[in-house]
Amino acid sequence: MIRSHVLICGGTGCTSSGSAKLQELFAQYLEENGIADEVKIVQTGCFGLCALGPVVIIYPEGTFYSRVEATDVEEIVKEHLLKGRLVERLVYNDVGGDVEVPKDVMVSLNETGFYKKQVRVALRNCGVINPENIDEYIAMDGYAALGKCLTEYTPEQVVQVITDSGLRGRGGGGFPTGRKWALTAMNKADQKYVVCNADEGDPGAFMDRSVLEGDPHALIEAMAIAGYAIGATQGYVYVRAEYPIAVRRLQIAIDQAREYGLLGKDIFGSGFDYDMEIRLGAGAFVCGEETALMTSIEGNRGEPRPRPPYPAVKGLFGKPTVENNVETFANIPQIILRGADWFASMGTEKSKGTKVFALGGNINNTGLVEIPMGTTLREIVYDIGGGIPGGKQFKAAQTGGPSGGCIPANLIDTEIDYDNLTAIGCMMGSGGLIVMDEDTCMVDIAKFFLEFTVDESCGKCTPCRVGTKRLLEILDKITEGKGTLEDIDRLEELCEYIKANSLCGLGQTAPNPVLSTLRFFRDEYIAHVVDKKCPAGVCKSMLMFKVEADKCIGCGKCVKNCPVDAIQKTDYVAPGHKLPSVAIDTDKCIKCGVCMANCKFGAIIKE
Amino acid sequence: MKSLAELAAIREKMKDKVILREGSANKRVVVGMATCGIAAGARPVLNAFVSEINAAGLSGEASVTQTGCIGICQYEPVAEVFEGDTKTTYVKLTPEKVAEIVEKHIKGGQVVQAYTIGNADK
Repeated sequence: MIRSHVLICGGTGCTSSGSAKLQELFAQYLEENGIADEVKIVQTGCFGLCALGPVVIIYPEGTFYSRVEATDVEEIVKEHLLKGRLVERLVYNDVGGDVEVPKDVMVSLNETGFYKKQVRVALRNCGVINPENIDEYIAMDGYAALGKCLTEYTPEQVVQVITDSGLRGRGGGGFPTGRKWALTAMNKADQKYVVCNADEGDPGAFMDRSVLEGDPHALIEAMAIAGYAIGATQGYVYVRAEYPIAVRRLQIAIDQAREYGLLGKDIFGSGFDYDMEIRLGAGAFVCGEETALMTSIEGNRGEPRPRPPYPAVKGLFGKPTVENNVETFANIPQIILRGADWFASMGTEKSKGTKVFALGGNINNTGLVEIPMGTTLREIVYDIGGGIPGGKQFKAAQTGGPSGGCIPANLIDTEIDYDNLTAIGCMMGSGGLIVMDEDTCMVDIAKFFLEFTVDESCGKCTPCRVGTKRLLEILDKITEGKGTLEDIDRLEELCEYIKANSLCGLGQTAPNPVLSTLRFFRDEYIAHVVDKKCPAGVCKSMLMFKVEADKCIGCGKCVKNCPVDAIQKTDYVAPGHKLPSVAIDTDKCIKCGVCMANCKFGAIIKE
Repeated sequence: MKSLAELAAIREKMKDKVILREGSANKRVVVGMATCGIAAGARPVLNAFVSEINAAGLSGEASVTQTGCIGICQYEPVAEVFEGDTKTTYVKLTPEKVAEIVEKHIKGGQVVQAYTIGNADK
């Protein structure tokens, strides 16, 4: 008889920090201690707190163990599972704020600082069920929404519920999902398609991967509902080949659903047929754009095509098609089961429900969080994210990846929703949220994102292919200290031109990081071109390493470590010191920073 | 899958198997599983609680966990039943006594006075 469940995170983050090994060891030690038939090991999807992985939760107590290593497993089995004693050093009970909880006190997951402000709708089963077991999904009311649609609702009613809920596309654009479905349902055709965009390409965003890995049946169920609503019998999931765990679990889930007759002919005896397949993407960023994605599924090179015609009219294989992102779909079954009013009660006036954000960059709790729309950036960064490491100052947060923009510190109390972000020149994007501290150079950040778009531009239209390249060249010039004020004007002019003339979303949004940093951090650009200084001390060409002679005791550690012999002893002996201080030959210096990192006396500075 | 009833049947069958993870139980049975408890036979007691509660279909009602030394080693095996703010301490347990406690207390809401610590030395 099972008395305890050990949930081990099998998301990509925890898998790469060794969770598969933990599973083997738990099995081995449970066996050795004779309790293998009392304790069940469950591999789950992502819990969200990736910074503290691998993560293990033990039920029914709900003990949350973080950073569990192979050497800890025996102790957890013997102490916790056999004797009922907490392994205190591994317990995660950070409730956030200034409250210190003693190590021997267990805090339930929902009371920790990281989780307590979260509302999990799209991620509700991630970290709770075994994604490779359809029965566990069904136990959590899985496929009940599909059953309800097929037996109680007409397709029009399904569309109406989704429209009333106010759900908007979670992939970035924020287009109302109900309207998209209604437009596609309206168009008559012998064949229609449902497509799921799982080509999550924004650097730093991984919520779609987590849903696929942690709750793949939710996607299958939602796509079948969409098929019923618009009159499609076939679906495709376009997923990156770089997500091997997600692809494997989704395939397992599809096979299980077919076996149960939840995919296939005459589902729930309603006469409705629906089936689906996976298509693998080869990692081109542009294939996240809806028309390029469909071109790629059709077997052609992934390039966008002009809209109109929109996919609702002429999409995949020329047929009316609904295309939604994974996170959008993940909300659908819950909306059907709990009602449009329930969903619309969360969030702000025009942005309903919750949004998943991938927290990354200079923040303590990197990971995945789901919060109601309208939560402020401050709450995300400080309450949920645990603040900035090293007590540094918050400088800005980038949303929407290479298509988005930054939110500066003075707007940290902005309530995050689609319209508020657009109003300050940002965009929701797919939900990557990169936090930057005081040591970040905003010109350098703009350059980083532009390098990405230059690499990923498909080359079909000139404004994007050539324009982004020219933008990058100007940014290079500025960060090398060779820029002029005219360059800044030219940057802006070119940005506007690219936005207005590019064929698809990739090009139309590519200048956003530049425009956004120019808007909020123009003084940094000016410092680069007028004073030839990088205020954050990042752009190497403008840096100078110097020795403060009076602090240098002449230990010679930097002299030894310098890879290019650019540091020599001088004749000057500082007052109170016995050895002569050193000096850096700026002509030879390659600005690697090794000397500064190794100086115990803080005698080397950069300016 | 041809009907909603089929789906409901699977859901009912599986519900008990995942309910452990929901923390919805309003009664909590905690068995002392320190060295003294194990030596006195706490493991069969723990297993009896788990299997009796499951057999009675009460796994959504009551959870079973272990704890360390409760501090009354002479009375082991010991189990405490928590229900809101009240706590009942049962002592010198055996699997047979557990069956009775599950039937009368967990299911019926009646404390089995004879096995509580207050009556242990009578």
